Formats: sequence, C-alpha cells, structure tokens
Amino acid sequence: MRRIISILMENEPGALSRVIGLFSQRGYNIDTLSVAPTEDKTLSRLTLTTFGDDLKIEQITKHLNKLIEVVKLVDLTEGAHIERELMLIKVKATGAQRAEVKRSVDIFRGQIVDVTSTVYTIQLTGASDKLDAFIGAIGETQVLEVVRSGVSGISRGEKVLSL
Amino acid sequence: MHSDLEVATVEMLSGAEMVVRALQDEGVEYIFGYPGGSVLHIYDALFQQEKVNHILVRHEQAATHAADGYARATGKPGVVMVTSGPGATNAITGLATAFMDSIPMVVLSGQVRSDWIGDDAFQETDMIGVSRPVVKHSFMVRDAKDIPEIMKKAFYIATTGRPGPVLVDIPKDQTAPNVKNPYEYPKKVKMRSYAPVSRGHSGQIRKAVEELMKAKRPVIYAGGGVVQGEGSELLTRLAHRLNFPVTNTLMGLGGFPGTDKQNVGMLGMHGTYEANMTMHNSDVILAVGARLDDRVTNNVKKFCPGAKIIHIDIDPATISKNVMAHIPIVGPVDQVLEEMLAALDEHGGEPDQKALERWWEEIAGWRKVHGMRYETNEDGPMKPQQVVEALYKATQGDAYVTSDVGQHQMFAAQYYQYDKPRRWINSGGLGTMGFGLPAAMGVQFAFPEATVACVTGEGSIQMNIQELSTCLQYGLPVKIININNQALGMVRQWQDMQYGGRHSQSYMESLPDFVALAEAYGHVGMKVTKFEDLEGAMNEAFALKDRLVFMDIYVDPTEHVYPMQIADGSMRDMWLSKTERT
Repeated sequence: MRRIISILMENEPGALSRVIGLFSQRGYNIDTLSVAPTEDKTLSRLTLTTFGDDLKIEQITKHLNKLIEVVKLVDLTEGAHIERELMLIKVKATGAQRAEVKRSVDIFRGQIVDVTSTVYTIQLTGASDKLDAFIGAIGETQVLEVVRSGVSGISRGEKVLSL
Repeated sequence: MHSDLEVATVEMLSGAEMVVRALQDEGVEYIFGYPGGSVLHIYDALFQQEKVNHILVRHEQAATHAADGYARATGKPGVVMVTSGPGATNAITGLATAFMDSIPMVVLSGQVRSDWIGDDAFQETDMIGVSRPVVKHSFMVRDAKDIPEIMKKAFYIATTGRPGPVLVDIPKDQTAPNVKNPYEYPKKVKMRSYAPVSRGHSGQIRKAVEELMKAKRPVIYAGGGVVQGEGSELLTRLAHRLNFPVTNTLMGLGGFPGTDKQNVGMLGMHGTYEANMTMHNSDVILAVGARLDDRVTNNVKKFCPGAKIIHIDIDPATISKNVMAHIPIVGPVDQVLEEMLAALDEHGGEPDQKALERWWEEIAGWRKVHGMRYETNEDGPMKPQQVVEALYKATQGDAYVTSDVGQHQMFAAQYYQYDKPRRWINSGGLGTMGFGLPAAMGVQFAFPEATVACVTGEGSIQMNIQELSTCLQYGLPVKIININNQALGMVRQWQDMQYGGRHSQSYMESLPDFVALAEAYGHVGMKVTKFEDLEGAMNEAFALKDRLVFMDIYVDPTEHVYPMQIADGSMRDMWLSKTERT
C-alpha cells in the first residue's frame, strides 16, 4: 500500500542523508521525496511516499523515529489528509494540437506558463494520480520533459504536525 | 563590572584542550588510539595532562575492539581516537561490531581542515558518510565553540536508551592551539529529538504477569540486553521465583548463571538440544533484551508454533521486527523486570505447579537425549571441547573470556559456564574475526588483577596478532588459548555439511611457529599437542600471573560444532552429530 510519511527533523547538515541512507540500508523504497525548511528555521519538513504492508511501514516509522535528528513524524495516509504534487511539463504544441492541448490544460485546471511557436510549458498541481492522468490525456508521445516536485501533504482538520 | 568578573572565571581553551578536558569531565580513564596528522593538536593536549591514559595500539581496528571490550566488561563507554583517512576507515569494523551488539562507545576521528573538506585532500575520507550505517549517531565539529556540547551529547547518546557507538569527526583547524574559546562542560543535555524510554508500560507489564501465571510450558529467553541493561540479578530473581526454565542467547551468556539448575543452556543455531526443544514446545516465551534474530529463530515461519510471546526491549524497532510479539513491552530491562516482580507480588497468584512439574520432567528427558556430549579419541588428536573444559577448570570458571569468531567461539560459549554477567565477551552480531585479543586488552586494562583468557583460533588470531606488541608495552598478562585446528573450522564445517566436503580456501597452510612468534614479541609461548599435557600446561600458564602466555593447542581438524540447527527448519530441527539428526 502507498503511504505518505511526513517528518519534522532538525534542519542540520547530514540529517537528510541519514533519512535517505536508512531506506537504502534496510531495503525500503522511496517513491517521491520533498524537503524544505519550515516557519521555524531550525526544523525541516520532509515528505516521502513509499510502499509496504502494515508491518513494513511500522518498521520504517520505528527506524525513522530512532534517528536522532528526527523530531516527529506522521503517516498521513492513516487519516484524512490532503496531498498535492506540482508538475511542470513541456509538450509539443503545433497545428491542431495547440488547441487540443489547451483544452486538456483547462479541463485539468492547469496553467500554460510559457509558450513558443511549437511548445507549451504547463504547470499543474494535484494528487499524483491526477498528474498521471494528465500525461495520459496528452499522450506520452507529445511530452518533451516532465518535472515533478514529489508529494507534499497535510492532515485535514485541526490536527497538526508541530512541536 | 559584574559581567567582567564572570567572564574572567570562564576558562579559555583551544579545541584540542576542550576535547581532552571533556574526556576528563566524563571520567574517562582510558582512550585507545593511534596518532596521525589530523589529530596531532589533540595528542599534544593529551601529552600535557595525566588524567586520561592513552593506550597506543598497533592498528586502529584493535583500538576500537579494545575500547569495546573495556565497555562490555565495565558497562562504561569505550573511547577511541584515530586520525583522518585510513585511521578512520580502519575503525569502521570496530564501529560496526559495537553497533550490532549495542555497545556504548565514543570514537573521535580527526578530519582534514574545514576549508579542505571535499577537495580530496591528503588522508581525507568522508567519515560521517562512511560510518553512517554503523553508528548510533555522529557529529562533525563545525565550530570549536561547540565541542563541549557535542562531546556531552556524544557520551549521552552512546550510553542511554539502546546503547551504541557515536562518532565525533573533528577537522584539524577546530583544534588549533592558538584559537581559544570559553570552556564550560554542560551538566545536562536535553534534546527535543532524542528521549529514550525510561519506563515500560504498567498495563502491559500486568498483562504479561497474567500470561505468565497461565503458562503451562513457559520459558525465559534472555539476551544481551539483560547483560547490557544490568538486569541479571532481577532476571535471576524472577526466574527463581517462577521456577521457569531459562535459556541465554550467545550475547546473553552470564545474564543468568550458567550453572543454575534452571538454565537449559544457550539456544539457537548451536544451542543445546534441550534449550531449542524447550523453546519449540513452549506455550509462553518471555523474551528479555533479545532480538529474535536469525541465529536464534531458524525459519521464522516455523518458530515456536504454540507460543505466546512477551517481548521486553528498550528498542521499539526490535519488537515485532522478525517475529510478532503478543505482548510488547518497550522499556529498560531492569526497570521492567523490577516492576514485573512487584506486579507478581500484587497479583499474589502462583503459576500452575503441576503443569510446571510435568514441563520440567519433559525438559529433563531432553537433557538425557543429548546434553552436551562429544566423542573423544583415546590416542587421536585432542578435541577442542576438551580445551575449553580444561580452561574452565584451570580458571575455576571465574575468568573473563573473550573470543574470536568461528568454531572455538561456539565451543567457548557451550563448554564454559558463565555465572556472572560481563564475563563472556564476543562479537555476536557482526561476527568479527580479530576481535578477541584487542577485546582482552580492554578487559585487562579495566581489571588489571583479573584473569583474562582469549579463546581464539589460528585463523582469527592472525587478524590482529600485531597487538601482542601492545600487550608487551603495557604488561598485559592476557592468556591466549589458541585452539589450533589448522583450518578455518566453521567454514570447513559448512563445506563438509553443505558443499560435499570441498574445502575451498578453508585450510591454513604455512602457519607460523606461534611459540616462536610469541617469544619474538617478548611473551611466553607454549605448544600443546597431547591431551595428557593439557591440564598441566594450563595450570602452568595461569600460574604466570604477570606474563602473557600464548598457548598453541593442536586439536582435531575434523571436529564439528553440534548441535546445529538445520537450515530453514524450526528450532527443534537439529543435527546432533555427524550422523544423528532430530
């Protein structure tokens, strides 16, 4: 099962490598990863997605918690949550395709953020499956380049991950 | 004016002086190390004081094992100093050894000066990166001012919770003698991201007691956590109070007295027949400070099918990692056992005595089937088991025994009975050949008057034999029991059993004359080839209180370690000899 694990950790050199190292060392997979400082400059927020059954995820979270620099973590998929990913995608846009692509962008509520006579650069946000669906709709042969931010997530309601 | 006065009372020290002063403030007696370019400022500061004794080894790996042996024997953290580059990478095996067995250790490694890091400077290695998977934590000193706090944290993290090695990487410029900063050693540490569990859950402990009361075929399975967590006395009280059988892991030997009649011996791959049968047929297992690792469980899917598992461990990640625990209790072994004893009093009940009686009868039956037996040759070569038994006799069972890795390690675990914790010192988790001699040095430094024996083989001893020189320098009267079977015995055993007897690279050709070698290093050497000479030679060796004696004892190269669990089977599937199996 796919899980989104969100981690608050000390914003220190080397902390990220310990998290990443743990995954390769113990044979776990990281599917996506995003990390940035929080409003408290001493803390970073790291969000990663991984796959595994309950036992494996329990081991992953226990081992992450053991890392000295990890302050707190939550498995967002355990409760109601919002997830978003940002994609920048460059697609071929010539002739009749220009209108076709534009329509798809509108349907997916994306934005065309850069235009040349042959190429559109599109920005799209949403859950990962929506981004996948957009690529499917455009057709992979039209795609020139894809950049995805990795998943960010946050719990719904009043629940917060903070100190 | 007032603030000026305050400033005047704070000492101004260089980074190097801070490192040494922090060691003093931690009460460190010994630091095992080897100098080199990046740590010369620190060595200069060490030279100018007398509280911390530096022990000069002959190879950095030996420094880490010596510190490790010291830590295992005393419970205090072992401390190491190495230089950057090769000095640091040589310490990796020792870090990994300590990490696998949860041994508290602080390793200080030199680093090239800060502005050279990343430039592939001379003797530069990314030690934080290289060591990452084998340390509990690591620090790099980025500002000399941080040294007191980092040192305090390093010792705190190494010794609390599930102990482990902590590395402090120190760039040379941070120890420069001309840069002075105020030194004040923190009295306490508080880390928002590190708070080891200090108590087990009372509700879980009561639930465990209920389960123990209902047990008809119980067993206490005690691991290294009992030794490391100072739980031996409490565990012994609990076991006696309940009259339950106890089995120790390789790491747990001595955690429950080896000669106690309730002790069914070591369990696992080379555990006793009765210990493995007791485990397999049990209905309740009280696992204390043990990992349920692959050398114990055999195939986890077939592990103890009828047993409910109560698992006490300080590390939540150890619980239900390999085998699901029915009642997990996360907490320090000593505190949990103490509370368990109190909860037993409160409960007031007793276990089912009739059922226990039947259980003990069954166990007695298993003991008769195999016990620990081996065949001896009237005229043929000595058996390695006989050597360990002779050692037990010569030392009245009261020595500190360190070992290397292989058949001799298993024989020393099976045939020497450890009645006290911290007496059996071996690399259980990582299985590091070359561990025994330097570990024995660490133990001998901790207890200069104690009898320290290093049980080793002609393969392992050659992996750190250069330390004979260190032993001479510091007058360490370690007794080396070299069980010489002219082969890498355990490898050979596996080749006999699983590779059709094809002994690929497992024999030892061109062995040195160990007696002459010991003498060349300034020690006493003895060669024993006949059983009838063994006892006399042992007594003679141990009578030489002030000398290191290297006993080169020739044994039967064809002997195997039994029992041996059959791969992929359950705990009760064992070879009992070359021809009998369960």
